[in-house]
Amino acid sequence: MGLLLTHYLGTFAAGLWVTAQFTVVGFAGSMILGVVLATFRISPVAYLRAVGLIYVEIFRNVPLVSLLILVVYGLPEIGITIDYLPSVMIAMILVGASFACEVFRTGINAIPAGQVEAGRAIGLSFFGVLREIVFPQSTRSMVQPIVTLFIGVLLSSSLAGVVGVMDLTAQVSYINNREALGLTTFLIAAIIYATIALGAGAIGARLETKLRVLR
Amino acid sequence: MLFDAVGPKARRRIAVLTVLSILLTLGLVALAYAQFYQSGQLAPSKWAEFYQKTTWSYLLKAFGNTALAAAGAGAIALPLGLFLALGRLSRAAWLRWPCTAVIEVLRSVPLLLIIYIFVSGLPPYGINPDVFFKLVIPIGVCSGATIAEVFRAGILALPKGQTEAAIAVGLTPAQAFRLVVFPQAVRIVFPALIAQVVILLKDTTLGYVVSYGELQQSSKVLVASTGHLVQTYLIITVIYIGMNVLISNVASAVDRRMAGRRAGSVTPKAGGQDATDRQLSTIA
Repeated sequence: MGLLLTHYLGTFAAGLWVTAQFTVVGFAGSMILGVVLATFRISPVAYLRAVGLIYVEIFRNVPLVSLLILVVYGLPEIGITIDYLPSVMIAMILVGASFACEVFRTGINAIPAGQVEAGRAIGLSFFGVLREIVFPQSTRSMVQPIVTLFIGVLLSSSLAGVVGVMDLTAQVSYINNREALGLTTFLIAAIIYATIALGAGAIGARLETKLRVLR
Repeated sequence: MLFDAVGPKARRRIAVLTVLSILLTLGLVALAYAQFYQSGQLAPSKWAEFYQKTTWSYLLKAFGNTALAAAGAGAIALPLGLFLALGRLSRAAWLRWPCTAVIEVLRSVPLLLIIYIFVSGLPPYGINPDVFFKLVIPIGVCSGATIAEVFRAGILALPKGQTEAAIAVGLTPAQAFRLVVFPQAVRIVFPALIAQVVILLKDTTLGYVVSYGELQQSSKVLVASTGHLVQTYLIITVIYIGMNVLISNVASAVDRRMAGRRAGSVTPKAGGQDATDRQLSTIA
């Protein structure tokens, strides 16, 4: 434990910083691309619906490890060189967006058709219906899935170590391979991950109660 | 449907958008093709080994290991998941709290971290199983926590009246669970359990990290000998996608079929959203 504090505090912090970047950028990127894809999937344009569906089918079913390897090692081979960190983020967002898209779509589809029709009947446009009727209601049912998505992004960021990017998990493994500290380092890392994940869950639960409408 | 029946003006707008987005797609495809072409990755020689039978029989063997790892993890996850779910639902606090804690912790710690614990954390304590188990035990344990929540949702989805009626006709609570609640809960969660196979298959790609000869790790070995990185990893990734799309669609089809059958009777809220929801926590 002492050795960990004196020699490896920096290593630990560096790993945590990388994990934090992956989680924040990966989550934000997934949400943004997810909104775009969800719009595709509910749009009146059949071609865009098909594009959205194919995208979701592919990226929801691809193992992130395979995609990371393909993006991080494969892109330079076809003449596209990007830094390691952004490459990992791209792979994470590509996958995360497919899940985010489904969260939004499920949330939107949960709104009864009659409400949408009523909205149109009083003269609202497509986006008007979305803004005034669908979103205010669906955000409530989407809180929990979005928190789950955030936790998923956090946990999936650990896979960056597979392609040699030193995130928290990779740093912990590195420290342990050098010093054989037993389970201590792993335990600390596990506590960090669990704190973030369970904390996010708690915030989500509070948000959900706040947004709840009493009927 | 969020949009109305389209009139002439909207139809024109849709046509324009369709043409624009098709052009955009074609542009992207052309760009990707040009990138592949210019870097020489499309040269037939770079794909040569995939015309040979030996490559495919090698990959088939690797796939066998992938299936074995997934099956092994499933064999751990199912009983563990059931036990944890029952524990969490138990009225006995000494059982409920530990089970809840185990589920919550396992669901908020990365799988790779647990694999690393088996790879380098436990050997100093004299626990050093075969590489197969270093991969399969962590996957099984993590998946077990997810499956526990699936089971729990299925059990909670059943109306309380089922248990009450069973006890009223003279069954013990244990019998009521075994004979009445459990069989119905299993039917409710069955599609979700099929969807869980996709997650197991994805998780086995971490064999790449522990050097267990499954598909992803074997493709690394292949790349090391041929040097055809893009080609090999592209083909392997497509294989994974194909496999998982197939399983996901089977899961959704079963889900739809069963939803149709129970229409009008039990409509479980927990099982209502499709199987994708439960995949969320396991993006990897």
